[in-house]
This record gives sequence, C-alpha cells and structure tokens, in this order.
Amino acid sequence: MADAVFLAISVLTIGSAIAALEIRSMIYGSIALMVTLAGVAGFFLLLDAPFVAMFQISVYVGSIAVLILFTVMLVRRELIFNKIEDPRRRYAGIGLMIVIMLGIGTIIIGSGIKSMEVDAPAVDFREIGKDFLTYYSPALVVMGLILASAVIGALTLARREDVTDEQRTD
Amino acid sequence: MLQMSNELIEFVLVSVALLAIGIYGLAVKRNAIRMLFAIEMIVNAANLNIVAFSRFIPNSQGQTLALFSIAIAAAEVAVGLALIIVAYRMYKNIDIADFRSLKG
Repeated sequence: MADAVFLAISVLTIGSAIAALEIRSMIYGSIALMVTLAGVAGFFLLLDAPFVAMFQISVYVGSIAVLILFTVMLVRRELIFNKIEDPRRRYAGIGLMIVIMLGIGTIIIGSGIKSMEVDAPAVDFREIGKDFLTYYSPALVVMGLILASAVIGALTLARREDVTDEQRTD
Repeated sequence: MLQMSNELIEFVLVSVALLAIGIYGLAVKRNAIRMLFAIEMIVNAANLNIVAFSRFIPNSQGQTLALFSIAIAAAEVAVGLALIIVAYRMYKNIDIADFRSLKG
C-alpha cells in the first residue's frame, strides 16, 4: 500500500503538472514545471536512486527551469498572459487524456506487474559510477559531444544576425 | 536506505498520468513554450518508468539509461528554446499557428 510520502509527492507532481499547463501566466507556469520536476526527483529518492535524483535536481530544476524562465521573460508581456486555444480542441484534448489514462491504466492494472515484489537490496550508486567510467565510457564521451554540439548549435541559432531584431522598440 | 513500502504499479500509474497530461498539453496548446513544458513532462514520465522498473527487477542499467536520458533531454531543451527565440524574432509571436513559412 502506498504510504503518505508517496501520496503527497504524487499529488504535488500531478497537480503542478496540470498547473504548469493551465495557469494563465507562463512565469508561474514555469515555476510549476519546476515543482513537477522536483517531484519526479522525489520519486527517484523513493525508488532508492539518489544519484539519479540529484542529477535530476541539478540538471532539470537547476538549469533547464532557469533557461525556460529566461526565455519566458524574453517574450513580450501580453504574449505571456495570452491564452490561445480552440475550445473544441480543448475538449477533444481532455477526452484524449482521459482515454489514454483509462486505456493504459486498465492494461497495466490487468497485467501481471502488480505481483512484482522487491526483496533485493537497492543498487549501490558507486556501481553506477563504475559502470559509467568502464563499460559505458564510449557512450559517455558521445553524450558529452552531443551536449557540446547542442549548446553550440543553440548559441549559433540564437545569435543569428540575419533575422530581424526589432523587439527592443516595443 | 528507505524502507520500500510502495509497489511498482503505483509508480507506473503516476507515470501514465504524467504522460497523459503531457499528451493533452501537446495536443491542445498552441503556445510553443507550453508545448515544450508538455514534452518535458513526457520525458520525465519515461524516466520515472525506467527507474521504477530498474528498482524492481533489480539492476543498475536502468539508472544508467535514465542518467543518459536526462542529459539528452537537457540538450533537446537548449536547442528547442533557441529555435523558439529565433522564431519569436522572426514572427514576433510564439503561437505555433503563426510559424508558417515552411507551409507550401
């Protein structure tokens, strides 16, 4: 049975996920997204994966959320508060969400994973570090190259001079 | 570490809920930054699923995969935000229905 900590974290995560999409101001929306990502880090702690949880906090809550906040603040104010969506599309989206939840939920509840139980001790995170530097070291190098190329690509895209740059006037 | 009193299915159901909310956002919202929020939620649902299954099997490869996935998602968000900034400078808007210069 789920304990109180799990229930609290799941309510916080899902509630702030809905808030991130539905709050009118996108600044508060990005803060709510930050809470969602921190809640997922809390789930990782509950799953005995402290290394992944700390990585999640430092990467998502620390850098990605700040990046999103800065981008939101670069956008004109009336666009931050502007909500543009078709009401019919919205109802269709809510229907799609409920269909996905019920469909995948019934499949999962009907499957056999309910009887899975854990009796083994948690994986020591030192083993993950060892794996990273031995077996997965080529993948680690490739991941570093991907990150570097993504950052360089983002910088060159955002610094392009040939797109019109007149938002300072308004 | 912590006493394990939660079952796998609870984590998987939370992950399904996050996935469904993310798909809803991706389908309904026309604001490019909010669509990026929705993508982040879907990626996080996948990571949560991976780590939950790797705890219950149990092995360590799942956590390694989740770490790689988080790093790649960070790169994806950086490029996505740069694209949004470029599009905002060109169109003065972040409504994706206005980004139509690729339309034939």
